[in-house]
Amino acid sequence: MSGSFRTPVGGRIDRLNPVSFSFDGHFYRGFKGDTLASALLANGVHLIGRSFKYHRPRGVISAGSDEPNALVDVSRGGGRTTPNLRATQVELYEGLAAESQNRWPSLSFDAGAMNDLAAPFLPAGFYYKTFMWPAGAWKRFYEPKIRAMAGLGRAPVEADPDRYTQHYAHSDVLVVGSGPAGLAAALAAAASGAKVILVDEQAELGGSLLAETEATIEGKPAKDWLADTVAALAARDNVTLMTRTTAFGYFPHNMIALAERVTEHLPNPAATLPRERLWQVRAKEVVLATGALERPLVFPDNDRPGVMLADAGRTYLNRYGVQPGRRAVVFTACDAGYRAALDLAAGGVTIAAIADLRAAPKGELPARALAAGIDVRPGTAVVGTKGRLRVSAAELAKLRGEAAHGLGPVERIACDVVLMSGGFTPSVHLFSQSRGKLAYDPALQCYVPGASVERERSTGACRGIYGLTAVLEDGYAKGEAAAHAAGGGPVPARELTAEATDTGTDGFIGATPHPRNPAFAKAFVDWQNDVTSKDIKLATREGFRSIEHVKRYTTTGMATDQGKTSNMNALGIVSEALKTPVPQIGLTTFRPPFTPTTFGIFAGAARGDLFDPVRTTPIHGWAAERGAAFEDVAMWKRAHYFPKGGEDMHAAVARECRAVRTNVGIFDASTLGKIEIVGPDAAEFMNRIYTNAWSKLEPGRLRYGVMLREDGFVTDDGVIGRMAPDRFHVTTTTGGAPRVLAMMEDYLQTEWPDLKVWLTSTTEQWAVIAVQGPKAREVLAPLVEGIDISKEAMPHMSVREGRICGAPTRLFRVSFTGELGFEVNVPAEYGRAVWEQIYAEGERHGICPYGTETMHVLRAEKGYIIVGQETDGTATPDDVGLGWAVGKAKKDFVGKRSLARAAMSAPDRKQLVGVLTTDPNVVLEEGAQIVADPEAPVPVPMLGHVTSSYHSAVLGRSIALAVVKGGRARIGSKLVVPMPDRAIEIEITDPIFYDPKGERLDA
Amino acid sequence: MLIINCPWCGDRPEIEFRYGGEAHIARPADPATLSDEEWAEFLYNRTNPKGRHAERWRHIHGCGRFFNAVRDTVSDFFVATYKPGEPRPDLKETQP
Repeated sequence: MSGSFRTPVGGRIDRLNPVSFSFDGHFYRGFKGDTLASALLANGVHLIGRSFKYHRPRGVISAGSDEPNALVDVSRGGGRTTPNLRATQVELYEGLAAESQNRWPSLSFDAGAMNDLAAPFLPAGFYYKTFMWPAGAWKRFYEPKIRAMAGLGRAPVEADPDRYTQHYAHSDVLVVGSGPAGLAAALAAAASGAKVILVDEQAELGGSLLAETEATIEGKPAKDWLADTVAALAARDNVTLMTRTTAFGYFPHNMIALAERVTEHLPNPAATLPRERLWQVRAKEVVLATGALERPLVFPDNDRPGVMLADAGRTYLNRYGVQPGRRAVVFTACDAGYRAALDLAAGGVTIAAIADLRAAPKGELPARALAAGIDVRPGTAVVGTKGRLRVSAAELAKLRGEAAHGLGPVERIACDVVLMSGGFTPSVHLFSQSRGKLAYDPALQCYVPGASVERERSTGACRGIYGLTAVLEDGYAKGEAAAHAAGGGPVPARELTAEATDTGTDGFIGATPHPRNPAFAKAFVDWQNDVTSKDIKLATREGFRSIEHVKRYTTTGMATDQGKTSNMNALGIVSEALKTPVPQIGLTTFRPPFTPTTFGIFAGAARGDLFDPVRTTPIHGWAAERGAAFEDVAMWKRAHYFPKGGEDMHAAVARECRAVRTNVGIFDASTLGKIEIVGPDAAEFMNRIYTNAWSKLEPGRLRYGVMLREDGFVTDDGVIGRMAPDRFHVTTTTGGAPRVLAMMEDYLQTEWPDLKVWLTSTTEQWAVIAVQGPKAREVLAPLVEGIDISKEAMPHMSVREGRICGAPTRLFRVSFTGELGFEVNVPAEYGRAVWEQIYAEGERHGICPYGTETMHVLRAEKGYIIVGQETDGTATPDDVGLGWAVGKAKKDFVGKRSLARAAMSAPDRKQLVGVLTTDPNVVLEEGAQIVADPEAPVPVPMLGHVTSSYHSAVLGRSIALAVVKGGRARIGSKLVVPMPDRAIEIEITDPIFYDPKGERLDA
Repeated sequence: MLIINCPWCGDRPEIEFRYGGEAHIARPADPATLSDEEWAEFLYNRTNPKGRHAERWRHIHGCGRFFNAVRDTVSDFFVATYKPGEPRPDLKETQP
């Protein structure tokens, strides 16, 4: 049948540019300007997919973005695979390769179609009701089977090779939709001189005018008026026209998100072009001209390929030069069905009959149909269709009186296409997203925009205005008003008079009557989710009243089409079943996106290396060259350990630990958070923020500071140097720096604005080189200038300023290892050079670079806590053995009042202790629970948990830190760590395992 | 995306700002004189109204300063912003 449904002339396709493409491996020909759907229909292919639940054969229903059925997978190879594309929107290009979805082994013979026979057992909510027995079968059997069968399309497995870009734009007036209303609005706004952006999701501007063959506007055929108007708008500097661009989201304060498909329609896209662009447009005023969607009619077997919306059939003929079939039956509740019938008849399609739900259709179009000799049957319904993979006949029956719903005898009429029209539903998606209130219009039987929340106006069919002249006038007026509100100049008057046949505003919502057994008839409301009128009635019988609940129970309106074709009919059915008017049932909420949007467009450039910023220290390159293994700490890459000659982590860490304890180690501590606190009130500020007392700390001295939240729990700690009476060098934990600075700023700005203090983040300004071990002083001594680093002149916890290797330094004598230690602060740009010189000097003393793992083991051997590891946001200073750091004499500091609560000093609080396993070779798991008796009745009382656990090379055994209820009183007692396979005996000890007197610190 | 008016910088998109909880809850001058109940009231209890809510915001990716705002928790729109230390503006519920 190849090519046989293409008309000899007509349509907007480019007949000089034939295009070949494939569908399910079969090759076909179409023309440039076709969509995949129009090209397949031109080749007589109506069977395009299988349905989601019952695997019923499905065809094309619509001609636009509302398509629920004809979903295809388009691949270009190399990871360029997109599932669930609507064939009605896929533009044809040479070599396009599309495949149908949801079928196995083939589209015409699909094994899943047995679900259709099993349909009585798969009602709405069947997954809540079945699969309940036997217990345990869900995980082993039902879930894997359902997972394999469920889902629409298949996600590609390869990485997406394409580029997606993100842009911002501003406009005075943004017009969404380029049908007659949108074009008129853009004309008016453009004439005012305002900056205008006009967007449309289709390849061409024009909307409904693209399928218009009869109407005239301003005395010109609609086609010519459209071309002239687009040319006039394009010629203006203040107008931007965007096609293939979907306004998919309406966000607060007129932020409209646009998805522009840049290369999807090109056979060989240039590598320089992104595949899609995300536009975030901030518009002073928005004009929504999003049109209306034709409603299907809900009758039995209305899903057979060949059943389509009447206006879609007309669009295929007028715009694409494709006959949707040879012989059509039209089922309508409004005059639009007649307009389609007349156009198709003129295009060579036989109209076998028009079944009109209305008893006495009036108006120009029905009269013209009668005059054309078409078999018009008022008061008649289509009550079923016949055919296997394509409709072969429609069954008609006369309605006997509106109330009785009795039906006359069924007559079968042969046809290969059924066109249906239940009237039009305004597309209020974006308006609703803008949180504007919808109002029910009983005359139109639909929701229309009510009160706006944003600076926005709806115009044309999307607010229930039909009739070409009225639409154009409304569009022009709304464009003018928007331009005026946005500060544009005067707009000249323009009479946009059109000559067009009015299709009126009749329509039908709900399910149409039929004589079949309702238990077996399938009249689809939502094609994409296979929801029938029976399912919705069942939901109401089972007690669902709110449309939001009916939606979730039946899944109507929940698939990728977001109920564009189904919402109003579902409402109509619920309304009739509950005998409640539609407005009292409500309407489900429209949410972005309007149509499915790629993940790529949201990710933009934030992929791979750019996904998340990586922070590296000035010494990172040195460590990388040495083959260090790195770990992520907050956003930092930190050297984890430095393996030598095939060592594993365990061996490397053991060697590094021994080197620090016996000789000297060098460690990159640059990631420590640093804050410079300066000002006449700096010491007072420190007094209020930290638990410690600062007033008496002399310049040149260091102090370990603890910071609480107002609720009394430890939030950060660090060593702080007093550089001058009015200047502190504060260090914080690596991950805590931004949080600490934010908390300090908060108190300074909002609670104590009278304090003269300034806070500056200096984390990245200082490189910090820790030199730790008994030989640390010998390594540094020859390198420093102007600082006496002797034991007497520079005791533990002191700071000196001078030079090292020629660079200015703040030299801290401080230790997080328990050994004699220094932390060399130098400006970041000197970091690597100073590091390399210290390392070179240290080589004579056996210096060893070590990473964060060794740092952790060494500090755990000393019982030094890490905030966030030993603390969990519920630890007081005393809980973790830092009671000594709380300035008892201070009147106030952040968190002090909370520490005075009785519960904060209860004896059974979890306290920091050491843990030694009876078997020294067992290393406990961090996070493991600690109990007294694992055999106690469930729930076993849990006393605490392991917070840090390592193998200590120096001690030759495992060590651990833990928080245990009343832990300090339990020192010396035996407890148990229960694990899935065994119970591990432990002893509670003091948390300091190595050099408990701290003599090595003062070496 | 909301536009928020920073009292120092002017209109900026909401991604430049960070929320800071309810406004006009001053830290007691002498916490030691408060009972546990009074302290808990200050520490934990917030009004959480439906409608106009005075709250703290910080222009964290801008000038870095804190300010106060009245926001309608139903519509999410800001009704007013003002500098710390200034009183909550006396707005009629009907005012936009």
